Amino acid sequence: MSAVEDVVTEAPAVEAVPKRAMTLGTGTSVVVLLLLLVVPVFAKNFVIFQLTQLLYLGLAVLALNILTGGSGQFSLGQSAFYGIGAYITAVMMEQFNIPYFLCLPAAGVLCFGVGFLFGQPALRLSGVYLALATFALATAMPQLLKLNFLEPWTGGVQGLVVTKPDAPFGLPMSQDMWLYYFTLVVVLAIYIFSVNLLRSRSGRAFMAIRDNEIAASAMGVNVALYKTLAFGVSAGITGVAGGLSAIAVQFVAPDSFTITLAIQLFLGMVVGGVGWLPGSIVGAAFIIFVPNIAEGISKGLSGAVFGVLLFLVIYLVPHGARQVAILGQQFAGRFRKN
Amino acid sequence: MELFTNQVLAGIATGAIYACMALAVVMIYQAIDHLNFAQGEMAMFSTFVSWQLMQWGVPYWGAFVITLVFAFVGGVAIERILFKPLAKAPILTNVAGFIALFSIINSSAGLIWDFTIKQYPTPFGSSPFLGSQLISTHQAGMIGVTVLLLIGLFFFFQYTRIGLAMRAAASLPESARLVGINTSWMIALGWGMASAIGAIAGMLIAPVVFLEPNMMGGVLLYGFAAAVLGGLTSPFGAVVGGFLMGIFENLAGTYIPGVGNELKLPIALALIISVLVVKPAGLFGRHIVKRV
Repeated sequence: MSAVEDVVTEAPAVEAVPKRAMTLGTGTSVVVLLLLLVVPVFAKNFVIFQLTQLLYLGLAVLALNILTGGSGQFSLGQSAFYGIGAYITAVMMEQFNIPYFLCLPAAGVLCFGVGFLFGQPALRLSGVYLALATFALATAMPQLLKLNFLEPWTGGVQGLVVTKPDAPFGLPMSQDMWLYYFTLVVVLAIYIFSVNLLRSRSGRAFMAIRDNEIAASAMGVNVALYKTLAFGVSAGITGVAGGLSAIAVQFVAPDSFTITLAIQLFLGMVVGGVGWLPGSIVGAAFIIFVPNIAEGISKGLSGAVFGVLLFLVIYLVPHGARQVAILGQQFAGRFRKN
Repeated sequence: MELFTNQVLAGIATGAIYACMALAVVMIYQAIDHLNFAQGEMAMFSTFVSWQLMQWGVPYWGAFVITLVFAFVGGVAIERILFKPLAKAPILTNVAGFIALFSIINSSAGLIWDFTIKQYPTPFGSSPFLGSQLISTHQAGMIGVTVLLLIGLFFFFQYTRIGLAMRAAASLPESARLVGINTSWMIALGWGMASAIGAIAGMLIAPVVFLEPNMMGGVLLYGFAAAVLGGLTSPFGAVVGGFLMGIFENLAGTYIPGVGNELKLPIALALIISVLVVKPAGLFGRHIVKRV
């Protein structure tokens, strides 16, 4: 059974997305941005908190999207990077009194390092094998965060409470609202960075690897370097998202960063559309709000209702929100012609 | 030394369960090229069905057979109804479908049978095996059933027409279709068999871990890991991988200081990753050459 060699022509796991189709058009972007800016002014604090949650989870989905949709590598270990980012931020803020806006870049850089290093051994793995390796990382993370010798910093099983920052310069804003706008700025900056990254030379290298690794290497793309780079960038952004979540939730504990989180991020990516960056926010909305809706429909069967809703979505739009967007665009185009 | 033998034997016994689960994983992987995340939940549901039958007074082996039929039909039905429409969808969308299925089955089982832990009978008894203190008759029975299952599958795939057709449909679907094999039904058959094998694993492990909707969570992880360790393309490898996992897990828990129950799984997974880095296709997997 072992020595047989199969020759197969394999389709890539992720479909090619043209560069231009990866973003929203200028007009739509401006409308979305205006909405994101104005809505919190009229909303209650709880809604603002949920919007903040939407932004940082969307950022985590975006990070996975760069890895999977961009470079074609699949990861179930995003929760680990998210957890590391959250813990670095929390520990720096609470144990060393470093201001929160300095903790986030530190979390990003350190997670980039961890992701890059993890990408080294993972280089030889692809598909389900890579999924299992990253999965191992995700299952190990809560246990590692509970380790005894880290306890003076991490607080062990108890976790750490994080202080919510006040609005600076005496701005007349509630803490929630300030945090929302702060998160919005960070997320927008990273979104623009990601779009430009995918359009750059490196981004094209990612996509070449995704579409056909052997052809890419034949064209002179340094496959090893770009694959680990994609891992590093994705981990770094996930780390920032984790850091933002630590500040917003005001609490970190090992059991918040289990494999369940990684699965949620994955679902968010699929629902949003693999490789379509604006879909990340749609996906995040799905994983935040649909479980609540399911709970509302039936308490005892909320898991089943969630599953059925998920099935409905993937039947109707197997390519996620991206498909809806493309349909909308075609419709708008026809409308304009008439 | 006695501790060592003890641990190895206990490892082989739990390894038998992982081996069963890994077999089921490999069955579906061969048929559809995906890892089915809902496999454990399907097995759990079948186990509950057999338990319910026994509550209604059906004898053990009667319930066993009825459950196998139920699991087989259920597996085929899930493929036909839920996953056939997704055949053309991207792979990752299919994975999301598995997660949805997981959620549906887990939640329904919780509603029907609630989350309290239930006792599950063993057909082999729990006395020490052949007078030795090392393993119980139930553990010996589990090993026996797994080995029988493996031999049965080997004959099925190697010497029956339908087994051959299934292998053909899995390795080269287009060519298989050209020679008149109904590849679409072969996939459904793969689902049915995987579901039935999973049900066997569930019924064997239920006396050990007790019956409750989340009972297969850990087992499925080990099953995946075992299948990947042995090589996803080889049923034989999956079984060997399962036994190795069981033994290694027990030895790591006993001999590596500070591991204990909590860190057993991460350590086992770390081992597998190190194996994969050296042999990316697993211990017994086929090396696949890609054509550009």
